Amino acid sequence: MNHRNAFGWAAAIVLLGLALGARAEDRPIKIGMSMPQTGGLAGGGKASLLGIEIWRDDVNAKGGLLGRKVELVVYDDKSSSSETPAIYAKLLDVDKVDLLFAPYGTVPTAPIMPLVKQRGMLLVGNFSFQVNSKVHHDMWFNNAPWGPADSWATGFLALGQRAGGKTMALLSADQEFAQNLASTARDVAKRLGMPIVFDQTYPPSTAEFSGIIRALNAAKPDIVFVASYPPDSAAILRAVNEIGVGDNVKIFGGAMVGLQFAAVMENMGSLLNGVVNYNTWLPEPSMYYDGTKEFFEKYAKRAVAAKVDPLGYYLAPYGYAMGQMIAEAVNTTKSLDQKTLAKFIRENVHRTIVGPIAYAEDGEWKESATLEAQFRGVKDKNIEQFRSAGKQVILFPDRLKTGDLVFPFEAARN
Amino acid sequence: MRKSSIAFWCGAAAFLAMVFLLTRTIGNEYPFFAGYVILQFIVLAVAWSILGGYAGYVNFGTSAFFGVGVYTAVLLLKAFAAPLLVQIVAAALAGSLLGLGVGLLTLRMRGIFFSIATIALAIIIETSVMNWRYVGGAAGIQLQRPPVMALFESYVKMLFFVQAMLAVVVIATTRAIQNSRIGRGLQALRDDELAAECTGVPTLRLKLLACVISGALISAGGAPAALYLQYANPESAFNLNYSVSVLAMSLIGGTAHWIGPVLGAILLGVTQQLLAVTISSEVNVLVLGITLVVFVVAAPKGILGLLELLPLRRRSRP
Amino acid sequence: MFSFDLLRDAVVLGVLLGCFYAAVSVGLSISFGLLDVPQVAHPAFLVLASYGVYLLNDSYDIDPLLGGILIMPVFFLLGIITYRIYYETFERRGSDAAVRGIAFFFGVVFIIEVMIILQFGVDQRSVSAPYIGKAWRLFDIRIPIRQLIAFAVALVLTVSLAAYLSKTFLGRAIRAVAQDEQGLRLMGANPIRIKQLAFGIATAVGGLAGALLIVVAPVEPTLDRVYIGRTFCIVVMAGLGSITGTLIAAIILGVAETIVLTMYGASWAPAISFALLLGVLAVRPQGLLGR
Repeated sequence: MNHRNAFGWAAAIVLLGLALGARAEDRPIKIGMSMPQTGGLAGGGKASLLGIEIWRDDVNAKGGLLGRKVELVVYDDKSSSSETPAIYAKLLDVDKVDLLFAPYGTVPTAPIMPLVKQRGMLLVGNFSFQVNSKVHHDMWFNNAPWGPADSWATGFLALGQRAGGKTMALLSADQEFAQNLASTARDVAKRLGMPIVFDQTYPPSTAEFSGIIRALNAAKPDIVFVASYPPDSAAILRAVNEIGVGDNVKIFGGAMVGLQFAAVMENMGSLLNGVVNYNTWLPEPSMYYDGTKEFFEKYAKRAVAAKVDPLGYYLAPYGYAMGQMIAEAVNTTKSLDQKTLAKFIRENVHRTIVGPIAYAEDGEWKESATLEAQFRGVKDKNIEQFRSAGKQVILFPDRLKTGDLVFPFEAARN
Repeated sequence: MRKSSIAFWCGAAAFLAMVFLLTRTIGNEYPFFAGYVILQFIVLAVAWSILGGYAGYVNFGTSAFFGVGVYTAVLLLKAFAAPLLVQIVAAALAGSLLGLGVGLLTLRMRGIFFSIATIALAIIIETSVMNWRYVGGAAGIQLQRPPVMALFESYVKMLFFVQAMLAVVVIATTRAIQNSRIGRGLQALRDDELAAECTGVPTLRLKLLACVISGALISAGGAPAALYLQYANPESAFNLNYSVSVLAMSLIGGTAHWIGPVLGAILLGVTQQLLAVTISSEVNVLVLGITLVVFVVAAPKGILGLLELLPLRRRSRP
Repeated sequence: MFSFDLLRDAVVLGVLLGCFYAAVSVGLSISFGLLDVPQVAHPAFLVLASYGVYLLNDSYDIDPLLGGILIMPVFFLLGIITYRIYYETFERRGSDAAVRGIAFFFGVVFIIEVMIILQFGVDQRSVSAPYIGKAWRLFDIRIPIRQLIAFAVALVLTVSLAAYLSKTFLGRAIRAVAQDEQGLRLMGANPIRIKQLAFGIATAVGGLAGALLIVVAPVEPTLDRVYIGRTFCIVVMAGLGSITGTLIAAIILGVAETIVLTMYGASWAPAISFALLLGVLAVRPQGLLGR
């Protein structure tokens, strides 16, 4: 049975190599993560990573954390849920990282929640939606402005209701993010007494939406709430452009990921007009905090060289904020112990470039800061237009509002 | 024959003892995490070769049986918090039922029609699971591991040992088939089905039996994967890559003897793990595809043929 | 949500989609239907062609249909080479070569898929052309022009191929070699060269069909998997070797898919072609107009 013994020897040799590698003193603090650098989420993943890298360079320039340099260990998860469990097992057992960041996005993050909980590791989330709702990991801190689960859908549906909308259509991708959001939308609709006349899910690989949009139109909804990922978001808008949605639709959009990436916005151009979609950061005066302006100046320079999203509004500042938060925790508690850091993060308000962050029991922000904005007057093939105000008019929340909804949707498209 | 049986069982016991010892001595989880995958492929490849190797029916439904194994485990875990052993046995049952169904439906078809029919079944089953909300639908489902038994330090180590046991079970079963009338009947129908029927070989019954056993074992091999990853989704569980990998491993190893798929699984499995860790998971599939094509064109009897370890396949050996 | 309008829309679009599926499958009708080669890599070649068309469109602004025509000679050559390898390695040797032949083509599928991923990444790619993005109003129905174009090209392709096979000398030789290879040899023609030619034509047609693929919807590297179901379903349903049958079977599939999609939602769509395939194989394996 030679081959079986050989395998045993191979395993022993691997172990020896690992043990030898781990001896060096004064090694850097390793923060491990996977990031979608290819696949549907890559447009956002690369920007997010650049934000984190800028933070790492800033921190190292000031001497690092606890006197040690910070090193990022990053793998490409291809925006897929199948790669992340193996990647995070590797980060923990082969790369032996000290801290973990989650990948950008719900779909790559959901699979690693049980693993991270079982290993007792702190996990800083990067824009996932409700991935902790079933696992209940007490060391999960999501860096995303969604806040309480219902707030996202409430914001959008309330806008629709105010414009006179009475019935709702729900179109969602069959994946973790969209399904989590769709279920909150159904709850909110019930609470608002709004009948759902169309409720369909499509497989994530769907590339052609004319049939689905046709069926949606036949139901004659007033409000259309879409939860989709970047490739489908673009395909849905193209189908809407080809076939139209009917004059009774007051408001269209809601949770279409991808329409915040600069490359997609440039590509879609005037197809965006009229769509009301979520965002997290827009160049409005109320959104600037300590260090925000400096961050964007650094980002703008490096983004061009790195061939990454030139605007960087959506994700990059949050990547920087993730770093700020963990740095504050490590420096104040002077420890890398997961439980100690978790306690600190839970009990304090954190000042970051995206504003003050406070966490609730489930690891989400106590207060929601999700924006809903309507695209207006967008021209084709022009990325710079988005730097000026007025192209994405903030409709919600009221404290950040810069305009009112233009409806019906077909009218706003022109 | 009896002497070689004793040798086989002694070897199997020694193997399991060594595996157990490894779980006690090596601290780092990663070798077990990677080693599990290799053991899993041994189970799948050897089980596949019962139908694919001996009988010569290129079954592309491995991914269907594997996925069914995973989701049986998911269902039992979610509905009844069933222990691992129950999950595996239930998966084997589900796999055998599916094997019976698949067999009855497709085994009258020849050659490529059979292969395409098995792919069709795999996709249909995958789509059905995708639409089943209770087990997560296309979005997938997160799973919590129960606390681990006293004998093992961690769940991954325990799964590693369980998969090693499954490997022994599968190899023993295949060896028994190979050395029995069933095995000889299967080889006869592989060489010339019409002639075999004329000499009284009950071809349909044999094919069905092979399909049922093969299916049961593949599904059993898939059941622990749910808790291994702590996450399941149809796209990964029913991925066609399983079908092609297992086919490749068996053909590359050589299908005449059960050692062939074991060799193929270890060779390709280890290469895959190394490549996935050091380069990328794509290059891994590329290596698989190229190796498969090269062997299929140049070395039809696989590694076993190249090494000429065996005499003519008609003679059985341990 | 049932309405006759929706059903009518679904049928019309289903017919358009079906003709597109016919173009995509007609190459397989020749290589598998007539020549008995287990060409599971046919959809992979289609996707390869679509990426080629994407490159031409992205780097040189070449219209995708023109691009499709330009790559046809390349794919003709590719077909001849593939057949040569297949013939030398498998068809000659007999016995369990069938198993290995299938395995060979599956290996090729994976190699093509991975090479595309390594070169282009896993992202979707699409082409831009003046007719993509607009729709045509026919009474109440708004039909995307890209689907009309795919429909028109597909129809022309299928009809001319059917005519080629029944009216021209070489075409009839191809049909003959499928029916009676020995007979053809006795008549003085070289069946291997004819089969090679046929395979080359089948692959070249696949090249043009690849262009239609990327016109109709964005492509990504694993797209070939769902098309294995569709193309084999159509070819088997048609009855091996019948081009007219391919058109009819493809329209049936197109309409079935569109109706299920519109009435029951998109989540069952991937399985329809496979379910139909299984049904046909179990119930009437010789297809509708088989030989």
